[in-house]
This record gives sequence, structure tokens and C-alpha cells, in this order.
Amino acid sequence: MSTPTSDSGVDPLDVTALDAAVDAALAAAEAASDLDELKAVRVAHTGDKSPLALANRAIGGLPGADKAAAGKNVGPRRGRVAQALAARQAELEAERDARVLVTEAVDVTLPPERRPAGARHPIELVQERVADFFVGMGWEIADGPEVEAEWFNFDALNFDPDHPARQMQDTFYVEGEGGKPSNLVLRTHTSPVQSRSLLERGVPLYVACPGKVFRTDALDATHTPVFHQVEGLAVDKGLTMANLVGTLDAFARAMFGPEAKTRLRPSFFPFTEPSAEMDLWFPQKKGGAGWIEWGGCGMVNPNVLRAAGIDPEEYSGFAFGMGIERTLMLRHSIADMHDIVEGDVRFSTQFGTEI
Amino acid sequence: MPRIVTDWLAEHVELPADLTAERLAADLVRVGLEEEEIHPAAVTGPLVVGRVLALTPEPQKNGKTINWCLVDVGPDHNATQIKGVDDADVPAGGARGIVCGAHNFGVGDLVVVSLPGTVLPGGFAIASRKTYGHVSDGMICSVRELGIGEDHDGILVLTRAGFDAADLTPGQDAVALLGLGDEVLEINVTPDRGYAFSYRGVAREYAHSTGARFTDPALVANLPAATSDGFAVEVDDAAPIHGNVGCDRFVTRIVRGIDPAAPTPPWMKRRLEGSGMRSISLAVDVTNYVMLDLGQPIHAYDLARVAAPIVVRRAAAGERLTTLDDVDRALDAEDLLITDSPAGERGVRVLGLAGVMGGQSSEVSGETTDVLVEAAHFDPVTVARTARRHRLPSEAAKRFERGVDPRLPAVAAQRVVDLLVELGGGTADDAVSDLDATTAPTPVTLDATLPTRLSGVEYDRATVVRILEQIGCVVEGDDPLRVTPPSWRPDLTEPAALVEEVVRIDGYDRIPSVLPAAPGGRGLTAQQRTRRSVARALAEAGFVEVLSYPFVGTADLDALGLPADDVRRTTLRLANPLADDRPFLRAELLTTLLEVARRNTARGLGDVAVFELGLVTRPVPGAPAAPQLPVGVRPSDDDLAALHAAVPDQPRHVAGVIAGSPERAGWWGPGRPADWADAVAAARLVAERVGVEVAVRADAETMPWHPGRCAAVVVAGGDADGTVVGHAGELHPKVVESLGLPARAVAFELDLSALVAAADPEPVQARPVSAFPAAKEDFALVVDASVPAADVRAAVVAGAGELLEEATLFDVFTGAQVGEGKKSLAYSVRLRAADRTLTADDVRAVRDGVVAATAERVGAVLRG
Repeated sequence: MSTPTSDSGVDPLDVTALDAAVDAALAAAEAASDLDELKAVRVAHTGDKSPLALANRAIGGLPGADKAAAGKNVGPRRGRVAQALAARQAELEAERDARVLVTEAVDVTLPPERRPAGARHPIELVQERVADFFVGMGWEIADGPEVEAEWFNFDALNFDPDHPARQMQDTFYVEGEGGKPSNLVLRTHTSPVQSRSLLERGVPLYVACPGKVFRTDALDATHTPVFHQVEGLAVDKGLTMANLVGTLDAFARAMFGPEAKTRLRPSFFPFTEPSAEMDLWFPQKKGGAGWIEWGGCGMVNPNVLRAAGIDPEEYSGFAFGMGIERTLMLRHSIADMHDIVEGDVRFSTQFGTEI
Repeated sequence: MPRIVTDWLAEHVELPADLTAERLAADLVRVGLEEEEIHPAAVTGPLVVGRVLALTPEPQKNGKTINWCLVDVGPDHNATQIKGVDDADVPAGGARGIVCGAHNFGVGDLVVVSLPGTVLPGGFAIASRKTYGHVSDGMICSVRELGIGEDHDGILVLTRAGFDAADLTPGQDAVALLGLGDEVLEINVTPDRGYAFSYRGVAREYAHSTGARFTDPALVANLPAATSDGFAVEVDDAAPIHGNVGCDRFVTRIVRGIDPAAPTPPWMKRRLEGSGMRSISLAVDVTNYVMLDLGQPIHAYDLARVAAPIVVRRAAAGERLTTLDDVDRALDAEDLLITDSPAGERGVRVLGLAGVMGGQSSEVSGETTDVLVEAAHFDPVTVARTARRHRLPSEAAKRFERGVDPRLPAVAAQRVVDLLVELGGGTADDAVSDLDATTAPTPVTLDATLPTRLSGVEYDRATVVRILEQIGCVVEGDDPLRVTPPSWRPDLTEPAALVEEVVRIDGYDRIPSVLPAAPGGRGLTAQQRTRRSVARALAEAGFVEVLSYPFVGTADLDALGLPADDVRRTTLRLANPLADDRPFLRAELLTTLLEVARRNTARGLGDVAVFELGLVTRPVPGAPAAPQLPVGVRPSDDDLAALHAAVPDQPRHVAGVIAGSPERAGWWGPGRPADWADAVAAARLVAERVGVEVAVRADAETMPWHPGRCAAVVVAGGDADGTVVGHAGELHPKVVESLGLPARAVAFELDLSALVAAADPEPVQARPVSAFPAAKEDFALVVDASVPAADVRAAVVAGAGELLEEATLFDVFTGAQVGEGKKSLAYSVRLRAADRTLTADDVRAVRDGVVAATAERVGAVLRG
């Protein structure tokens, strides 16, 4: 009895013929050198007219007893071919992708900056860093006006109108109306923010006040009429000069590295008593490790506390101030003030957005 | 500031023999006298005494006559062979041949010779040189060449300058002889330490620093008391300042018969000049010498030109005085004067400004033989005000305004008398006047533990007392201590000042380092955080931060085209601006920022984006002046309110300028020049960082902007809804041209303070994020060309309702298809519901809503 087969079909019971068809399919898949050839192979060996498909279709015509055997013959073999085709498909796709990506290669060293980055001004960055240091210690940052009442700039800080100290700072005065004095100045230091803070916030008080200040100095390599300071003020019960020294040392380390230190020299400021000039020592100082003047400081003068309605018998405090420009120049070896004040973008861009 | 000649200092305190200026500076800075400068030696090299052995005048073709001299400069320097001179003619012992153009000296004179290798003041190096047919092997020096005087009469002949020939030998070192070889320390004296404006004061401080033995030159026994026949003096102060009479001590002495030609001795000249003071005449030099030594300013009058009584009084209206510096001055009613009484008219003639400067009429001259010496004590405030008013920071004023020891006048007057007698051959009158109304220093009560409590260094009571006594205080009582400061320390009025003395003398280096624990703060304020956030956002967006000076002038405001009534022309004016053409404070940042942008482009940086964050000043015309309130007293609440009200509004602004192409040309193609939209985008970025919703609307009115390309930025929503907070857009072409900026430069300026104030301080309340699918719809809406896109968008948003998630304008089209005077705006909207998948009905409803709303609000027609 002959097994019914389709034209040129393979008998689903003819294992040898089935194996031959599978071998032919696998060989063809392996031989396919690109995805198009593989597509043709897929049509030839798994398409409707392929021997295995025809064999599969022929199963339906077999007597019931043969159906199961034929199914076991054909199914797994078709599966093998499908698997092989998929594997080869993946291989060829990977090859193609690799080829395409190679052709898409570019020169990654071309300059990419269509829109150049901007930058912050380092004077602002130093002030922010200073603020961060003090905030980290639990202090707060206070601001104040730049056009200031003389009382806040001088009298509240124990500068008597006739004391020579009032002449020490070359002050810009604001003209009043009708030829009368306005009693306003451009603040000569950030210290008026001290008095404002004492009056507004009360004690205990730990504040740092960075900001812009003004003196009638012509611009040269080391002076500018508009510059920046940071002032620190702590008023509490039991504060001492030792606390002042401790704060200055910690601040110096934060700005100039772990080896930095400070020392005090006796001096005079109307708003502090005792008063001191403060020198900074740090290893990276231009010209070699050494001491250089950094700022002024002292214990808050009792008259400053009184001007804020605070009892100097009960509270004591310390204050200090230093130039932001000076700090920046020391820290970054800037030789000429012109670079800081002229607004040439080439200066700021050296610093980016963090220092 | 004072210069310290060490051998003068050594008269009052023991100094090591090898003390250098540098060492002295280190010793003095420890107690608070800071180094101002170390002045280098004036002369280095072989400057020696020489004796002129031979002098041959040689007339020259140019009409001049030069002297060919042979000078004995001592065996160490003499040459035995001189070029052009027969060996036989060289003097025994040798000499040097020197050509000299001056004629005021002769054979046998002792002169100063700078030999080759000497460097004279001003870096003038001496070498042997060929001149007038000779080899001149050195130079015979004049006073001016040595830098010790202006006298240009000729060669310094030592015996005529007060040197004794017996003390001089050829070859002797003239650097030391003339005191030209010392480095001189100049110190900086703080305003509280007036006593350190003297050798007496500096010597005292040196002793405090080093422990060296100090002898107070003001401790003089047996000073003559006032006599009834002393020169009559009256103090008649009708208008004391702060209740302090202008003069509380006035000592006069008289010395007669002084030789007007008597020279100032070389040692005194040397010390004066080393201390930075010119030698003038013996009488004047002596008063200056005593002032520098003790700190007491002295005035010497020509007795013949002063008529008793001297009256010390305030100036009357219209009075004038020609001061010693030859300036005719109108006097102020507050000026304290020294006057005299010619022809018995009491106090009618002004002799000088008390404690500041004398007048010409009574000054000692080359003929003065009889001198009236004044040593007085004046009120510091009176002197300070007069010195400031007349811009006369004289040596006397410098001392009086800082406070002079009121016990000095008699001592100092005696010193002057002694020196005039000794050096000028005068005779002192027995008559002495001493008008003395000085009071003893007020004792200060000091808790003996205060130095420890303020410094953090342990000081026992004994140490506190010892140090206070060391600086001259009298200490009584157990605890608290009753401390009477010395007469030379008017600054010691508070316990804290005494604490400074204790800690200073013990040494600031003994203070330990102890970090205090603050109670914990609230971090940066919202303002401060926002400022950083805005600045960083702009920097990340390509802007470079700069800082410009706030000073502007009328020309700057004109260049911006601001109309006459523009609020930004209401500015504060400085009374003493650095530049007269920029006396105002800016009311807007762009006024000065544009100049910075221009500077950058002028330096060849064509594409520039800069920004600035800073305060501007917005005064209110007619604002009241700030009240003047006393030192050391808390103002009343009303006074504080008046102070705050007088300080003008100073909002913080942020402004930016872009010139050229923010997106550069490169291998990718051409750059993209800045346009108005870059400026508006930057302004929106700022608002977004502040957290404030803003809208823009066209503004054709405001300078310095292009009338068709300027957006006013307004707050949208909230309490500040509709408030204009700034402008952004293209600059007016005329402004660009007048400032020299690249064409089409754009800019923005926003009131950051106003923006921050408009921000909602409450935390953002989050909306849930829907995961349901979105639906998209596009609308091409044709409207009149004049309708702002912002209005169309608002209509789209309103019509779409609450399902709208996002509406984006993706195309703007004008052309024949949409019709003349029309434009088409194409919006893409994304819709989504919070709780369900949208249905076709939902989307249709939105579509209908948008079409209806845009038709109604902006007359839009949906394009087919």
C-alpha cells in the first residue's frame, strides 16, 4: 500500500527523506550570507511548498494509526528547522547591525560646544562658600542695604562723629535734597548689618553678613571703590576671645585647607574692644607658606550692644570681617584687581560654577 | 605716621646694640604698633669725609668754569697716582682727582665725597668718569644730592653745617656721620593710641613688648610754677563743643636773645630728617624736636609780634587768617583761635588756629631773637573739626585730635626753653604762665574676673593689677578694682578697654582656640536660595556672571534714551563721586551692564552673554533725611522707624545681555544670532526658578527697548497678578548704536525682589500623575495677525477644560492660504483624564470647546 503524498512531497512516515529535508534546510540556513538569502531559505524550507510543510499537511490524510507516528516524525523536525532559521536570523541581524554601526561612526573629537557654558563670578562663589561654612556651623546669613543710614554705618558701631576713626574709612556720602545732608552713605563695611541684626533678631545671635561695600579709593591693582566683605557676629552669654580664635581657625581651614591657621595682633576698631588684626597662614601662599593679613576682629564693644538695647553685663560677643576680594586673590593667586572688576568674561569662565 | 630713628628711641628705653628695623617692627607689632613701611638706607657705599687739598679753576668753552680738585679722602681711599697729574704733584699720602662745578668751597674745607660705588638717594650711582679733560674719581656732594635738604647753594661744607673740625678726619664714614645709613621703621598708629605719636610713647610700648627698661622723659622734677608776671593768657570760649571748653591748659615761656643765625646741630637735623621732618630753623626745629620726642605740639611766636594778652576764643563771623602754608582762610564760628591784643584791643588779632596751624603774622623769622613758646592742651573734637574743615591734617592736629597728655605742656615748654638756651644762646625769662583747668582721669571700675571672662585666658587678680600698673594705671580696691588710667591714655574709659590692655600686654598669642557651639540656625532664607538658583540657572544657560560698578551719569541715562520723566532718572546723587560725570547710583542694572557687554565685544569677544545680580537704588523724591542719633544708645522705636524710612528702597534686580550668536557657528553649520526670544526665554527661566507664573505682553513704550520687540513680564495669578516685574527683548537700534554694541543685541531685566515676593511661600501641593492613556489633538487656528499668541493659547487652554494636560504651539504660518492680515497658529494638545481612558465623545467635546472658546475670545476660525 502506498502512502499518499503530495507532488514531490515527502512521506511523513519516511524518516530518511524527512531527515534529508531537514539537513537541506539547515545547510541552506547556514549557507545564507545575508538576511535576504535567509528569507529565501525560509520560504524554500518552511514555506507552504516546502517538503516539510507538505509532509505536515500530508499527515491529515493518513490513516488514524499512522497519524501519531507521522506527527512525531514531522513536528520536532520542523521545530529544529525553525530554531535554526531563528538562530541564523539573529546572527545575520547582529552582523548587519554591526556593519551599519561601523558605517555610522563619527569623529567624536570634533568640538561639540554649540552653546558655550556660562559661569558664575568668583566673588559671588566665594561669598556662597563662606555662607555655606557658617550655615554649616548653625549660623544664619544676613543681608542689608548698600545705601545705608549713617547711624547704622557709624554711630551704632561706636564711631563717634568726631572720632578720627570716622575719617579712617573714605566714605561716599549721599547728597540730600535742597543742599541739606541726607545722613546716608554707601556702607563702608558690612558691619551695619551687625547692628540691624542685633536690633531685629535679638540675642543669642550668630550671623555672617557677606556683601558689597564702598570706599572712595580709585581702582588700581590692589584697590577698588566697590568691593565685598564678610562680617561675622556672635553674641551670646559667655562668649570669649578664645571662641573668636576658634571660629577664625575653623573658617581659615574651610577656605584655605586643613593646615591653615590664624594669629591675632592688637589693633583698634571702634566697634570692638579688645580689637585685633588677624593674620592667616596657609601652605599654598604665593611665594611660599607664610603669614599674611586677612582681616580685623575683636570682642563687640559694649556701646554696640547698648545701641541695640542689649545689656553688655549679661551678653558678650565677637565680630570679625575680611575682604572677599582679598580672600579670592590669596586663594587663587590673582595679582590684579582689574580682572575682578572689569567684567571680562574670560576671567569668570575660568571658575565655572563652583570654587 | 611716625618714623622711628633708633638712636633717638634709645634715649628713653634700652635697646640692643644690633637692633634692626625689622626686629624693631616685630617687637612693636606684638603690642599693636603695626609696621607701615621700612624705609631703606638713603645712601650706601663709600661716602666719606674729604679735605680739599688743591683747587684749580678751569674756564670752559661753554662759559662755565669748573674746579679741578685734589681731595684727601683718607689713606684707605687715596690714590698715589692720578691720571694727568705728575706723580711729583700728587700730595704726599695721596688724594683723589675730582671735577666739581660748584664754587662755594675752597682749599682746606672739609666736604663729603661720594667715591665710585656709592649710591646716593634716588638710586644715583657714582662711578669714575671722564669729563672736561680729566678723570673725575668721585663727587663732592651738595645737601640736595645727599637728600638731607633742598639747599642748592652748593657743596656741603661740614664745618659750616655745625660740625666741629676736630671731630672730622678725611676718610671717615660720612654715611654714619650724617645718619644716612639707617633703615627707618615707619609705624601705623591706630586712632586710640595718640600717645604713640611720640618717641616717649613708642619707647613705652617697646618696653611693654620686650621688658626693656624704660625711662619716662616726661618725669621732670622742679618745673617752674606759674608766676604772676607770666605772659598774660585768657581762655574765653563762648561756645564749647559737647560742653568741653576748647582749651584747658596753656603754658607760655619766653626766651630772649637767641642768635637767629645759630644753626640746628647736625644730630638734631639728622634725627628730624630721619623722622620725616625737614629742618627749617633752630627755633622751629626745636619745637618739632620736642613734639616728636614727647608728643606735645608746641608753637613758637616771635615775641616782638605778639601783644598781651593772648586770648583763646572761637572765631567771629567774617574773620580770616593766612596760615603758615600761605593760604588765606575764611574762619568758621566753631574754629578755636589763638588771638592777641595789639594796642590794648583784647583778642582782635588772629594768630592761629588753635592746635592746628599758626598764622604768618607772628611766625618766627630769620630776624627773630625773642621767642614766646606756647604749649597748650586743646579739646580733641574742636581740633578734629577745624582740621577737617580746613583740610589741614597738620602734625599738631594729628596729635590733638587723638588726645595729648594734658600733663605734658609744662614739661615740653621747659625742654624747648632748655634747647633754645643751649643751642641758640638765649636766656630764659623767669616769668611763666600756666593756665591749668585740666581734670584728673576718671577712674574705671573693673571686675577683676572680667579679663578672664572676655578673653578665655586665666588671669588672676595679681596679674591683672600688675599689667595695669605696668601701663601706668593706678589700681586701688580689692574687687572690683578701681583703676585710674594714666594721663596719656584718654582712651581707657571702659572696663573692656582695660581688658584689652591686660590681654595685649600678656600677649594675644596666649588666647586658646575654642570653637563655640551656635544654637542651630534655619539655613539660607528663601531669598538667598532663590538668588543662587537663578544665578546658577543663567550660568548653565550660557550667561557669564559679571559685577559692574553702580555709578552712572546723565550721559549713561541719555544713551538708554530714557525720557525726562522716567522713574529711572530719579536717582540718588553722591556728594563726593569718584568721577564727576558719574555721580548717580543706578536705578537699573542694565545702565552699567551694557557697558560691560560692550567692553567684552570691544576686546574681540564677539559673542557675549553676561548677567548681573545686584541691588539698584529707587529713591522717593522728597524723602526725609535720616535722623542723626547718638552713639551707644538704642534708638526709640520711632527713631528706628525714621531711620528705616530714610533708607531708600533697594530692590535686587537681575539683568542679562546677549550680543552676537549664543549658538555658535561651527562644523555643524552657521551660528544662530541672538533674537528677542532668547531674552524672553531667559526672563522666563528666571521666573521659573523663582517659582512664579509669569506672562508676557507686548510693550512698545519702554526704553531702551525696540518698540516692536519688547515684552513686559507680568506676574500671572496670585496676589501680585498683573504686576510688571521687568522687560525682555531686543534693544532699541539707537541704543545699540550709541553704546557701540553689536547690532540686534538683546537683553532682559527683572525685579528679583518683586518676583520672590510674588512667589507662593507655601510648599507645592502635588497633583497625582495619571497612568491612563493620553489622546492628542491638533488645531490650526486662523486669527487676525495682530492677535497675540499668548491670547490664543489662553483661549485654547480655557476651551480645552480640565482634561488638558499640555498645549504646545508648533507652527506659525502666514501666507495667501490663510488670507491677507491673518495668521495660522497650530497647537498640539495632549488630553488625559485622571480616572479613566478617554472616549471619542470626550475628545469631541474638547475639540468643540476649543473651537468655540477660540472663536469667541480671539475670533479664531479652525482651518480646514
